[in-house]
Amino acid sequence: MRAHPVINGEEQIASDNRNLVFALAGNANVGKSVLFNHLTGSSQIIGNWPGKTIERAQGTLDFEGQKIIVVDLPGIYSFSTFSMEEIVSREYIALENPDVVINVVDAAILERNLFFTIQLMEMEVPLVLCLNQLDAAKKKGITIDLKKLEQALGVPVVPTVAIRGEGIYELTKNAVEIAKRKGSKKPKQVKYGSEIEEKIQGLSLMIQSKKIAPQYPPRWVAVKLLENDPEIKKLVGSNSKDILRSADIVAEEIFQIHKEQAFAVIASERYALASKISNEAQNQSLMKTTLSDKLEWATTHRVLGYFTSAGVIGGLLLWTFTIGNFLSTLLSEGLKIISPVNPALNGSIWGVLWNGIFGGIVAGITLIIPYVIPFYLMLSMIEDSGILTRVAFMMDSAMHKIGLHGKALIPLILGFGCNVPAIRSCRIMETKRERLLAAFAITFAPCAARTILILGLVAAFLGSGWALALYGIDIAIIFIMGRVALKVVPGQSTGLIMEMHSFKVPSLSVIGKQTWVRTKSLIYIVFPIYIAGSALIQVFYALGVLGPVSNAIAPLTVGWLGLPVIAGILLILGIVRKEFILLGAVAIFGSTNLLLFLTPVQLITLALVGILYLPCLSTISVLAKDFGWKAAVTISLANFATALIVGGLAFRILSLLM
Amino acid sequence: MSGKSVENYLKALYVISENGKAVTTTAVSNYFKIAPASVTEMLQKLAEKGYIEYSPYHGSKLTSKGLQIAETVTRKHRLLEKFLHDVLKIGKDKVHTQACEMEHALSDEAEESLCRLLNHPDKCPDDDHVIPACSLPFSSCEDCIVTHNKGLEEVGKRGQHLVSISDLKEGKEGKISFVRGEHKTLQRLLDMGLTPGTCVKVLRVAPLSGPTEIGLRGSKIALGQDIASNVFIEVSQENQAGA
Repeated sequence: MRAHPVINGEEQIASDNRNLVFALAGNANVGKSVLFNHLTGSSQIIGNWPGKTIERAQGTLDFEGQKIIVVDLPGIYSFSTFSMEEIVSREYIALENPDVVINVVDAAILERNLFFTIQLMEMEVPLVLCLNQLDAAKKKGITIDLKKLEQALGVPVVPTVAIRGEGIYELTKNAVEIAKRKGSKKPKQVKYGSEIEEKIQGLSLMIQSKKIAPQYPPRWVAVKLLENDPEIKKLVGSNSKDILRSADIVAEEIFQIHKEQAFAVIASERYALASKISNEAQNQSLMKTTLSDKLEWATTHRVLGYFTSAGVIGGLLLWTFTIGNFLSTLLSEGLKIISPVNPALNGSIWGVLWNGIFGGIVAGITLIIPYVIPFYLMLSMIEDSGILTRVAFMMDSAMHKIGLHGKALIPLILGFGCNVPAIRSCRIMETKRERLLAAFAITFAPCAARTILILGLVAAFLGSGWALALYGIDIAIIFIMGRVALKVVPGQSTGLIMEMHSFKVPSLSVIGKQTWVRTKSLIYIVFPIYIAGSALIQVFYALGVLGPVSNAIAPLTVGWLGLPVIAGILLILGIVRKEFILLGAVAIFGSTNLLLFLTPVQLITLALVGILYLPCLSTISVLAKDFGWKAAVTISLANFATALIVGGLAFRILSLLM
Repeated sequence: MSGKSVENYLKALYVISENGKAVTTTAVSNYFKIAPASVTEMLQKLAEKGYIEYSPYHGSKLTSKGLQIAETVTRKHRLLEKFLHDVLKIGKDKVHTQACEMEHALSDEAEESLCRLLNHPDKCPDDDHVIPACSLPFSSCEDCIVTHNKGLEEVGKRGQHLVSISDLKEGKEGKISFVRGEHKTLQRLLDMGLTPGTCVKVLRVAPLSGPTEIGLRGSKIALGQDIASNVFIEVSQENQAGA
C-alpha cells in the first residue's frame, strides 16, 4: 500500500475509520461497468434496487487503508422521470448522499455526456469527472484540453482508459480527496440565460426561505418545477401550493419570451452550455474511417445486415444449445451415480421426500445452469461489443408486430433455452409495459424442458413430423398471444430511441464476473423453489392426495381434453418441471412404450397441454419477483386458458383426422 | 379551373411522389383514371400559375408555392379521415371519399381545432400515411396546447417548409424544428439532444420501414419509424433539391 494522500487546508477531514461511498454515474455504454470492475475486483454484489426491477451493483475497494463502498448507478441520459432508472439514480444521489459522485464520460461524445454532467452539477454533489475511452476519442481525431474542461466545470477531470486500467489510481486518489473535503468543494453553479436565470433565482429563494424539500438543493428544485417534473411537483405541492403557483406563473413567462415551454427551454439551454464547454475544450481533426465504421456497414447494410443479424441470433442459440446440451447431459449422467433421478412415487415417505429434493436439485443443476452460463457469457459479449444494438436496429420493424421493439428480440430468443433467465433479461427494455409484454411472450417459448416433452411424447412415438408441427404451433401461439397481450395491456408502445454506440472489444474479465454474479442471483431464486416444490408434490402423491385432486379435475382432463384420469396427476407433477410429465408417465405406467396406454391423439394433446398449461414453478417465481404476484398469476392463468383452448381444439380436430 | 381541382391535382402530385421527386404524367392519369391528354392540359395550367414545374419528358414537380397548398390539403384530408373514423365511427372504406369532399371547405382554424380535438394524431386511420406537420410556429404539440385561447392571426405561421426525418434519404441533413408526440417521448428526445435548432444528419435508414439512424452532437441515435416520422426538420434549399 502506498502512503496516505496528503490533504492540505483546514477543511474538515472525514475520519479515516469511516467508509467512504463512491457512486458511479453516467450515460449508458461509457465504460462504467468496466471501471466498476477495476475498482471493486471480486467483491461485487448484484441485487435489485428496493422494489424495482433495476439491477443494483455494489462492491468494496481498499484504497491505501481507506475502505470505500462503490455503487454503480444505472446508465442514464438525464434526471427527468422518463424511466425507473432515472428516478432510482436521482433519489440515490440526493437522499443517500454518497461522498463523491464519479461521473464517467465518453470522451468521444463529450457534448452529449456533458448534458448529464451539468445536471449532476445542479444537484450540487461532490463530483469528479472521469474522462473515459480517451484512446477511442484519439482514434476519431478528438483531443481534449483537460485544464480548460476543469476550469469550465469546476471539478477535477481525470483521463482514463478503463479497459486497460489506465488512470484508475489517479481517479481514486482524486475522488478520495474530494470525498474527504465533502461539502467544501462544490462544482461550479450552472448559469442559465439571464432572463431565465433571474426567475430561477427568485423561485429558489422562495423555496429556501420556506424550507421546502430540504433534502434537495433549492435551486435544483426550482429548475425541476420549471421542467414540470411530476415527482418534485407532488413533493412541493404537498407542502406549499403557493410555490407551485409561482412556478406555473414563471413557466408561463418563460413560454411568452421563448415561444417554447420551460422544460424544452431548459433542455436547450443545458445543451447550449454543454456544446459551448465541449467546443472550447475539444479539438476535432479530420475523421478517419475506422474499423468500427466498416463493422457498422456490415451489420446495418440493408441486405447484409439481415444476414449478420440472423447469424448473431442463430449463433447465440446454437452456442447455447450445443454447450448447454453437452453440459446438461454430462451433469445428469454424473448425478445419476449418486441417486436415481426419475421420480419415485412409492416406497417409504422419507425415500420419496429425498427423491423429490434430489430431483429438484438435479433439475436446477441440469436444466438451468448449463444453459444460463454459456448464454449469459455470449449475451454480455454481443451486448458489450455493440453488435446487439445493430441487431435490434435491423429487427425493430418485425418486433413491432407484437408491440415490442428491436431490443425485445434478445429475451425472446433466450426463452428458447430457458424461460427463467429470459424473463430476467427483460430488464433491457425501457418501460414496465414492454418488460411485461416481452415476459408474457417468453412464457410460451419452447424451452429445453418443453423440447424434451415434445421429443419424448410425440417424436418418439409418432415421428418428427408431428414434433415439428407442435414446435410450429408453439411459435404461432407466441405471436398470437403477443398480439392479444398488446390489445389487453393498457398503455402505448414506446418507439425505439436507442443510442448506436461505437463498437468495442469487450473486456473478458467484466463479462466473466457479470455472468457469474448473474448466475448466482438466479440460483438463489430458482433452487429453493425447485427443491421444495419437487419434494412437496412427490410427498403429496405418495400420501395419495393427488388421486382425489386428479379425479376432481377429471371434467377438464377427461371431458374436455379427452385424456385419461391419470393425466391430472402427470400435469400436477409437471408444475415443478415439465419433463416430469414424461418421466411420471413412465413411472406410473411402468413402461417406456406409452403407445400401449395412450392413443396418438392423447399423446399429442398431452404434449400440447403440457407445453402450454402453466409456466414452470421457477418461471412463475421469477415473474412474481420481477413483476409482482398479480402479474405472475394473470400470466399463469392466461397460459392455462390457452392450453385449454388449444388442447380442446386439438383433441376434437385430431379425433376426426386420426 | 376551380380551386378545388387545383387542390386535388397538387395533392395528387404530393401523394404520388411523397419524396419530392418529379411525377410522370402517366402516373397522374393513372391516379385520377382520366386520359393523359386532359391531365397534360391541366398540368400546363398549373405550371403557368407557378404551382409546379412541368416538363413533358421529366414530369411535374411541386414548387414551394404548390407544395405548401398540397401539404395543407393533404393534412386536412388525413385529419378528416381520422375524425370521420375515430369520432363519427364511419367505416374505413368510406372515409377517403368523404374526406375528399370535405377537405376543400375546411378552414385553417377548423383544421387546427380538429388536430387538438383528435389529440395531435400522427397517422391516418389505416396507419399508413403520416399526417404532415401543421404550419403553426411551434416546436412541439404542447406549445400548441398552452396557446389554445389564441387566434391563428396572433400565433402566426411557420416560415419554412418542414420535412419528416422518415422521409429523408441517407446523407441529408437539416435543423430540428418541430416534434410531434406526447410529453415523455418529447422529453426523451430533448434529453438525447434533439432540441429545436439542432443540426441532424440522416446516417442510415433500415429497410421495411425500420428505424432511422441519425447523427447529432457527435453521437449516433436510432429512432424507430413511428418516432422518426414525428420529428420534423427544416432542410436547407440545396439539400432539399433531389431529396
